[in-house]
Amino acid sequence: MLSKSLKRRESELANTKRQLEILSNGIFQDGELPKFNDKIAESQQFPLKANLLEILQINVGYMCNQVCEHCHVDAGPDRKEIMTRETMLQCLEVIKKTGAHTLDLTGGAPEMNPNFRWFVEEAAKAGIKDFIVRSNLTIIRANKKYHDLPEFFKKHNIHVVSSMPHWTRGKTDKQRGDGVFDKSIQALKDLNAVGYGIPDSPLKLDLVYNPSGAFLPGDQASLEKEFKKALLEDFNIQFHNLFAITNLPISRFLDYLIASENYEDYMYQLVDAFNPAAVANVMCTNTLSVSWDGYLYDCDFNQMLNLKVNSKVKHIKDYNEALLTGRTVVTSQHCYGCTAGAGSSCQGVVA
Amino acid sequence: MAKTYYDPADLRKFGKITEWNEELGTKFFDYYNSVFEEGHLSAREKSLIALAVAHTIQCPYCIDAYTGDGLQRGITKEEMMESLHVAGAIRGGASLVHGVQMMNKVNKLEM
Ligand code: SF4
Ligand code: SF4
Repeated sequence: MLSKSLKRRESELANTKRQLEILSNGIFQDGELPKFNDKIAESQQFPLKANLLEILQINVGYMCNQVCEHCHVDAGPDRKEIMTRETMLQCLEVIKKTGAHTLDLTGGAPEMNPNFRWFVEEAAKAGIKDFIVRSNLTIIRANKKYHDLPEFFKKHNIHVVSSMPHWTRGKTDKQRGDGVFDKSIQALKDLNAVGYGIPDSPLKLDLVYNPSGAFLPGDQASLEKEFKKALLEDFNIQFHNLFAITNLPISRFLDYLIASENYEDYMYQLVDAFNPAAVANVMCTNTLSVSWDGYLYDCDFNQMLNLKVNSKVKHIKDYNEALLTGRTVVTSQHCYGCTAGAGSSCQGVVA
Repeated sequence: MAKTYYDPADLRKFGKITEWNEELGTKFFDYYNSVFEEGHLSAREKSLIALAVAHTIQCPYCIDAYTGDGLQRGITKEEMMESLHVAGAIRGGASLVHGVQMMNKVNKLEM
């Protein structure tokens, strides 16, 4: 099991340039597989353009209580990048003036940012329609000071989206660490207890499933059925929807693919499963991702590859809707992860 | 000719068999896809049957394909292994049940 981030281990892959090189070399350089831009050009979808902003996704820091093997953020307890209150204030200005209907807070474990609660309280006042916090569940049980998070979320009508790689202990702990399954189950019970995830409850609780290995997620609806049945029968737990998300070949998942000699096969799987119908709805067409230090990216994955938006405006403090709308999205071969099968985004399938 | 009879990369090329006989190839794949749809049996149950059969006919392509398919469906390795034991039991049973034939023959021939 991992205990340190790539960055802390000073791994070669902590260097985003190296990751981008890998994604453009080898099978993509010698033409064995088409590059992403050439592939989308076949269906006249090149270049990919960002439309009007609908979802503002803010990454409030890379610190996390877990060190999941597949993590595309390379998050962990050893990551010190944390959004300051000053940057949060800049985000709040933008939240107030955009017409975005969804605000999506992520990390790391966003709850570990010391200003997290303050930020949620302030942002909730802006009256955004869907206010998401991506919670890894175990954080709720990690320390006493987090035990009241379900009540806090409820108070601000937060939409909780949580990761759960499988409905069995074995598969969950293998991906996320020993004891994660039991803690997650307890956290889900805590959330259910305050009304989250109960059918017809306005307190939305959705789960994110991503495969624990070098394979693609199966059909989202079938997986949701399996999860619901197992969690209800075994633990009397309920939730609303399951989002099946494809692991993108970057950061720790890329490291795993290479170390396990699955990289090429995985890229073949992604390219073979390319679905032109998914391209129109990939996340970057309606999302903007803000990093802990306020820079702007087309999505959280591009953020982790340090691919800033292709626009004059690169920082939240200079946010300008007119300049950002219609920008060309920065892509590389990791984008195939968003267009495989039924497609993949932070809200699950897209096609 | 390739140096080995089986190449994992050939699995991806399965669809190419239509190129040399489009009518039958297309019919086969239409049929194949219909077979694996949700029906009276779930697609998940069918995937496990396919995995067990793959081991019975010892087709490396099918083993590759239906192990991957099972993982995608969230089928656990315990479930996969159990399905293989069903295949193994039927295979072993098929040999052993012929033991009755052997016993009949011995009983007939021996004084
Ligand atoms: S996947 Fe989520 S919970 Fe796991 S280390 Fe990364 S940020 Fe933390
Ligand atoms: S990885 Fe990001 S930029 Fe690439 S297609 Fe997906 S959302 Fe768009």
